[in-house]
Amino acid sequence: MRRLLALIPTLLFASLIVFATVRMIPGDVIDMMLSQNDLAADKLSREQLVQALGLDKPMAEQYLIWIAGILKGDFGQSLWQSTPVLELVLQRLPVTFELGVIALAVGLVIALPIGVYSAVRQDTVGDFLARSFSILLLAVPSFWMGTMVMVFPSIWWGWSPEVNYVKFGDDPIQNLKQMIVPAMVLGASLSAVTMRMTRTMMLEVLRQDYIRTARAKGLNQRLVIMRHALRNALIPVITLVGLQAPLLIGGAIVIEQIFVIPGMGLLLLEAVNQRDYPIITGVFLTVGLAVMLINLMVDLSYGLLDPRVRTR
Amino acid sequence: MTTAARPLLSVRNLVTRFGRGRGAVTAVDDVSFDVGVGETVAIVGESGSGKSVTALSILRLIPSPPGRIESGEILFEGRDLTKLSEREIMEIRGNRIAMIFQEPMSSLNPVLTVGLQVAEPINVHRRKPWDAALGTAKQLLGRVRMSDAESRLRAYPHQFSGGMRQRAMIAMALACEPRLIIADEPTTALDVTVQAQILDLLKDLAQGSRCSLILITHDLGVVARYADRVVVMYGGRVVEQAPARELYANPRHPYTRGLMASVPRLDGDTSKRLVPIDGQPPNLARLPAGCAFAPRCRQATDLCHRERPALAEIGPQHQTACWLETPAHV
Ligand SMILES: Nc1ncnc2c1ncn2[C@@H]1O[C@H](COP(=O)(O)OP(=O)(O)O)[C@@H](O)[C@H]1O
Ligand code: SF4
Ligand SMILES: [Mg+2]
Repeated sequence: MRRLLALIPTLLFASLIVFATVRMIPGDVIDMMLSQNDLAADKLSREQLVQALGLDKPMAEQYLIWIAGILKGDFGQSLWQSTPVLELVLQRLPVTFELGVIALAVGLVIALPIGVYSAVRQDTVGDFLARSFSILLLAVPSFWMGTMVMVFPSIWWGWSPEVNYVKFGDDPIQNLKQMIVPAMVLGASLSAVTMRMTRTMMLEVLRQDYIRTARAKGLNQRLVIMRHALRNALIPVITLVGLQAPLLIGGAIVIEQIFVIPGMGLLLLEAVNQRDYPIITGVFLTVGLAVMLINLMVDLSYGLLDPRVRTR
Repeated sequence: MTTAARPLLSVRNLVTRFGRGRGAVTAVDDVSFDVGVGETVAIVGESGSGKSVTALSILRLIPSPPGRIESGEILFEGRDLTKLSEREIMEIRGNRIAMIFQEPMSSLNPVLTVGLQVAEPINVHRRKPWDAALGTAKQLLGRVRMSDAESRLRAYPHQFSGGMRQRAMIAMALACEPRLIIADEPTTALDVTVQAQILDLLKDLAQGSRCSLILITHDLGVVARYADRVVVMYGGRVVEQAPARELYANPRHPYTRGLMASVPRLDGDTSKRLVPIDGQPPNLARLPAGCAFAPRCRQATDLCHRERPALAEIGPQHQTACWLETPAHV
C-alpha cells in the first residue's frame, strides 16, 4: 500500500508535463470547430465557444480545475462529443490491455526458450541462427512488419486481417483470431531484446559456483538448467520486461492503427487529430499510471523469484 | 595406511589442459596418487598449483571448452572414470563420489531452499519422492549438528552463516553415503574459529562411514591433524608424496620444507620464525624447462634449470621429485 501511495507524487508530476505538452500541439481546437459546418450552424461566436470549453481561463487555473476533477474521479469531457473521458478510456483500455498481454505472452514464448537454448548451445550453429534471428527482429520495426503482414498475404493469397473489430465479450474466438496477428507482430519485436538478455544472463548464471555444485550432485542437464539456472537468470530478465512496458504500450498504439483495433492508440490518434485535449491528457495519464503499475508489479514479482528480496 | 587390496581411487598419469596451441596451459601434468578405502589423503600446494583442477578432473567437471583431460586414467571401484559416458559419470557424481567446494557463499543456489538442495541427490540417485528425501535431509542436517533442522530445511542459503552453509554442503555430500568425498579447501573462506569445527566434523562423519576423503588445502597445519597421506603439488605436478607422519618428520623436497617453514608447527617450537617462500608461484603457461621450482629454490643447480627431475622412490611410500634426492645428481 505504501508503494502505491509513493506513486502519487510521480503521477502528479507526470500530469503537469502531460497537461503542458498537450497544449503545445500546434493547431487550435477552436479553429477546427469553427471551420466545421454543424457548429457554425449553432452560430456560436469564437468567444462563446472558448468560454464554453473553459479555455479562456489561465493555464494554471485550467490545470488546477482539471486535477481537482481527477481527484474526484472526473477526467473531464470530450470537447467534441461531451462524452466523459473516463468512459471513453474505460471502453478502449481493455482492448489495448488484451493486445499488450497477448503480445507480452507471445514475446516471452519466443524469447525465453530461444534465449535459453542459445546460451546452453553457446557458439554452435543453433546459437548463431538464434542470434541472427534476434538481430533481424531488432532491425525490423514493428510498424513495417505490421504493414508487411497486412499487405503481402493479401497480394499473395487474397487474405487480409479482419478489420471489423469484434469484442472479446461478444465472440471470444473471433476476437482472438483478430488479435493474434497484431499481437504476434508486436510480441516479436519485443522478444528480440528479451531473447538476448535471456541468453546473456543464462551464460552468466551457468558460470556460477552453484551450477557446478548442481552438476557435482549428478543432476542431468535438464535439471541443471530448469531447476538451478533458469530462475536465477530470469530475475534480471523480469526487470528488462518491466522496463519495456512503455515500449510495449507505444508499440500497441502503432499496431492498433495499422490493424484498425479500437484501443487506446486509436482513441489517442483521433483525439490528437481533433485537438481534443481532455482525451489526450486522459489517455496519457492512464498510460503513465499503467507503466507505473507494471513497474510496481515487476518489483513485487522479485519476491516470488528471489528469496533474498522476500525476507528483507 | 597400507592396503594390500586395490585402492578405492587410483589416479594414473593424469594430464589436464586448458586451451589449445601456443596459449595452452597444462594445469595438471602427469599426476598419480592412490586413495585407499577409509583413507584421508591431503593434496597440498600454493594457489594455482592444480589442486582444484585435479579434483574436478576426477568427477569430470572441468569446464569444457577450454579444458579437457588429455590423458591418464582415473580408476575408481575398478572403472576408468575418464572412459565413462556422460550418463555413467552422472550416476557416480553425488552418489559414489561427492564434492565439497571452497566457496560456501556462492556454492549453494540462492533461490532454492537448503532442504531441497540437501535432499536433491537422494531424490535423483535413490529415486525417492521429495517428502521422503526431505525426511532424510532433516536427519542429515542433524548429523552435521545443525540445531532446529526442521526450520533449517525451509531456510534459504542467505539466511545461513558461512560455517552453516558449509555444514549444509557436508550434509549434501553425505546424502547418498558416498565412498569418496573430495573437499576442495572447504574451510579457506571461513573464520579460523569455525575452520577446525568443520574439519573435525567432516573427518568424524567420513570415518564413521568408512568413506575415503581427499582433503585439498594450502595449509600444512591442517594436514598434520587430519591426513593419513599427503600429496604435495607444485606447478601442476606432484613434487613429494608420503604418509603424513613421514612427511612431517622427514620433508625432502625444498618446496615442502619451504611450506613447512611458512606455517606454525603444531608440535611446539614457536621460537622459530615463520618464513614465507620467496618469489611467485609459477606461471603455468611459461614453466621453466627444468625443475618448476628452480627459480625459487636456494639449492638449485645448473642441472635443475636444465632438466626436470622425475618422481622417485626415496623411502617406504615416500617419493619426491628433486635432483638432490636422485643419484643422477652426483
Ligand atoms: N576454467 C579455467 N580456464 C582456464 N584455465 C584454468 C581454469 N581453471 C584452472 N585453470 C588453470 O589451472 C591452474 C591451476 O588452477 P587450480 O587447480 O584451480 O589451482 P589450485 O591449486 O589453486 O586449486 C590455474 O592457474 C589456471 O592456469
Ligand atoms: S630439483 Fe633442484 S631446483 Fe628443483 S627442488 Fe630440487 S634442488 Fe631445487
Ligand atoms: Mg583451488
